[in-house]
Amino acid sequence: MFVALKIKRFDPERKPAAWWSKYRIEAGPAERVLDLLVRVKDELDGSLTFRRSCAHGICGSDAMRINGVNKLACKTLVHELGSRITIEPLLGLRVIKDLVVDIEPFLAAYRRVKPYLINDEAPPEGGRERRQSPDQRMRYNDTTKCILCACCTAACPVFWADGDYLGPAAIVTAHRFLFDSRDRGAADHTAALVDAVGVWRCRTIFQCTLSCPREIQITKAIAEVKDAIVRRTILGK
Amino acid sequence: MTRVHTFDAIIVGAGGAGLMAALHAARGADVAVISKMYPTRSHTGTAQGGVAAPLGNMEEDRWEWYMYDTVKGGDYLVDQDAAEILARESVDTVLELEHLGLPFDRTEDGRIEQRRFGGHTREFGKSPVMRSCKSADRTGHMILQTLYQNCIRRTIRFFDEFFVLDLIFEDGAARGVVAVEIATGEAHLFRAKAVLLATGGFGRMFAVTSNAHSLSGDLVASVLRNGLPLEDMEFFQFHPTGIYKMGILLSEAARGEGGILLNGAGERFMERYAPKLMDLAPRDIISRIIQQEIRAGRGVEGKDYVYLDIRPETINRCHSAPHGRMVTAAQLEAKLPDIIEMMRVYQGIDPMKAPVPTQPTAHYAMGGIPTDCDGRVLSAGLDAVPGLFAAGECACVSVHGANRLGTNSLVDLLVFGRRSGRAMDAFCSGNGPAELSPRAGEEALAELSRLQKTRGPERAGVLRAAMQRCMTDHVGVYRTAQGLEEALQTLRELKERYHRIGLSDSGRRWNTEVLEAYELGCLLDLAETTAASALQRTESRGAHFREDFPERDDANWLRHTLAFRAGRPEAAGPGLRPGGPVSEGIRFDRRPVSITKFQPEAREY
Repeated sequence: MFVALKIKRFDPERKPAAWWSKYRIEAGPAERVLDLLVRVKDELDGSLTFRRSCAHGICGSDAMRINGVNKLACKTLVHELGSRITIEPLLGLRVIKDLVVDIEPFLAAYRRVKPYLINDEAPPEGGRERRQSPDQRMRYNDTTKCILCACCTAACPVFWADGDYLGPAAIVTAHRFLFDSRDRGAADHTAALVDAVGVWRCRTIFQCTLSCPREIQITKAIAEVKDAIVRRTILGK
Repeated sequence: MTRVHTFDAIIVGAGGAGLMAALHAARGADVAVISKMYPTRSHTGTAQGGVAAPLGNMEEDRWEWYMYDTVKGGDYLVDQDAAEILARESVDTVLELEHLGLPFDRTEDGRIEQRRFGGHTREFGKSPVMRSCKSADRTGHMILQTLYQNCIRRTIRFFDEFFVLDLIFEDGAARGVVAVEIATGEAHLFRAKAVLLATGGFGRMFAVTSNAHSLSGDLVASVLRNGLPLEDMEFFQFHPTGIYKMGILLSEAARGEGGILLNGAGERFMERYAPKLMDLAPRDIISRIIQQEIRAGRGVEGKDYVYLDIRPETINRCHSAPHGRMVTAAQLEAKLPDIIEMMRVYQGIDPMKAPVPTQPTAHYAMGGIPTDCDGRVLSAGLDAVPGLFAAGECACVSVHGANRLGTNSLVDLLVFGRRSGRAMDAFCSGNGPAELSPRAGEEALAELSRLQKTRGPERAGVLRAAMQRCMTDHVGVYRTAQGLEEALQTLRELKERYHRIGLSDSGRRWNTEVLEAYELGCLLDLAETTAASALQRTESRGAHFREDFPERDDANWLRHTLAFRAGRPEAAGPGLRPGGPVSEGIRFDRRPVSITKFQPEAREY
């Protein structure tokens, strides 16, 4: 089949404003959108610029807006989209060139929730593993899947309106540690969540959940984080 | 305007080996990690099935059994001093990761849960053992996240999306690297007492591969170009179960949990070849047998693929799950969520209801930059090159020999990443900083600038595709002198044509076109070295199978290969010896294998 591929371009070294490039290319229904981008770059326009690496939905490099929805280009197949495919960079993050956006603010938010296990107690005798039951392990399983692709945060209208908002991905990361039975750093993880641009900015819009390529139940995780903060700070539990 | 940075230690690559080394080197040294991507994009994150350690949480296990499996799995080309370190220290590194926060799966009593994996056995080959520590089928993701998170905690300095072009040597010692900041196109010199290469593999030289686009071996090529040897480049692993045509990895964990392979006749063909381990035999053997079935016309519908069947009814009928237990679809979905999703997304098949087409996929380089057991890079004379270290897939310690066991890539990068980090820290405390010559990095920058201006008739994408096709066709699972000579001929023509490529993007910012062309040049060098190394080894061992020399030949070939390119010998330091030219531009030497506990035997499973 032939697809009409429309890609939003931006390169301040060439033009001050963005423009659209259109290509009509042959594509198989089971091809990835990333395959089409690679083919355009290899065969038609070497200047087309995008991030990519693993090409099977794990590294999180190639998040972009595909037919209006944030997706990974390597995990979206042509048959899901039909013969007209429109590709734009993620919204809410500064566009650097073509489909490449500046994810530094996104990672700065990630770092603010202290994204690491905090537990300075000595490990069990003989240096063995800290014990954790299968139920305790599964309690935070969903939020360990995050690949930091930014699909969720860049789909959040609250983030579009205020780039200082921590955004769903950072809250997902906080959830991963807050609900880990081995973690002792709840106060550290939540410090950034309770300030003016923290978790209470979430308006439960579900855009994050709908756009997550790892199918993390993000809105649910955010609600659980809010609940945990209320219990800790107001109810003292 | 070139910017200059100074650190004690520079680490190139932010996957498992680089980050593990960073955490340990940073205990004393001022460390910077440079990567051409954001660290969490590194290919360690795609590792699925697990990391081996004889914890004995599920059943009795011993490091001696694990060492034996590693040595035998590598067809006795493994350096046994290194394999002993791997087997012994695996326990401690896995526990260290748990303490750093890694969310391993758990047993009912709260310990780390383990599963079976190919070639891992109890009592020196008797039967499969549960040794792989895992987090569903996303173990690599958890390792990468946990290490990166702890690097954030330790405020380690990162230079993300900086493309390292070349190493800098002064007086035979590594003194730093030259890099381009991708966002601006600016050149940066990094001056350091020690440099660790942790850049991963270079599987992108093949058409069908599980490897990420980024795995182009830039710094492995730099080592070669600087006159240092590469070791055992002929040994490239083909993983038996890649998604048909796409090459995406479907973890061996699928078979660890009971999945089986079926040919076109619906026959569980591994029964015939490996009566004890069957579908859990090592990867080289299974890939070879799959190709053999296909050649005999027993592929599915006579085509070039076989089936991987993980349907619960199949597993239960064959009693192929651990200890012959019954399994349910829900249990399999919990243990293998990502690969089941990949089969659904990329193949459009529900693997709980139907088997999926798979074929061998280029997966892992056993060879690479020769190092000792502390990551010190070895020169031609097997002396350590001062200040230069390597760890992870780009290095060849060699713990994998002629064929790596599943899970051992993660063990390797953790154990030897940690040892390299510690060795770098010690090296830095005993050595002062060095000045760089005013010409440092000049050659690599000139090459990049030449590429950027080039307007020849050849397209880089066309050359890349031709290289990949040539490597998959002639330097794959089965090899012959004729095919390898043809491959070398093709690769040399492609190198000629590479000098006449034309690029279209003249911008400085985010010019991935020129960087991809640079990567292609690196891949061409490594492809040529791989093909030439395969041609000179006239025996079959592990992943290297010569149809014209089908037997293992311990009398002549129980040796590591060292491959050199005519280059800049002054960087190689002492010990550069002349060798006989086997192919144009590449010459070979050999080095002995360390054999301590296990004498070579016939390799049966």
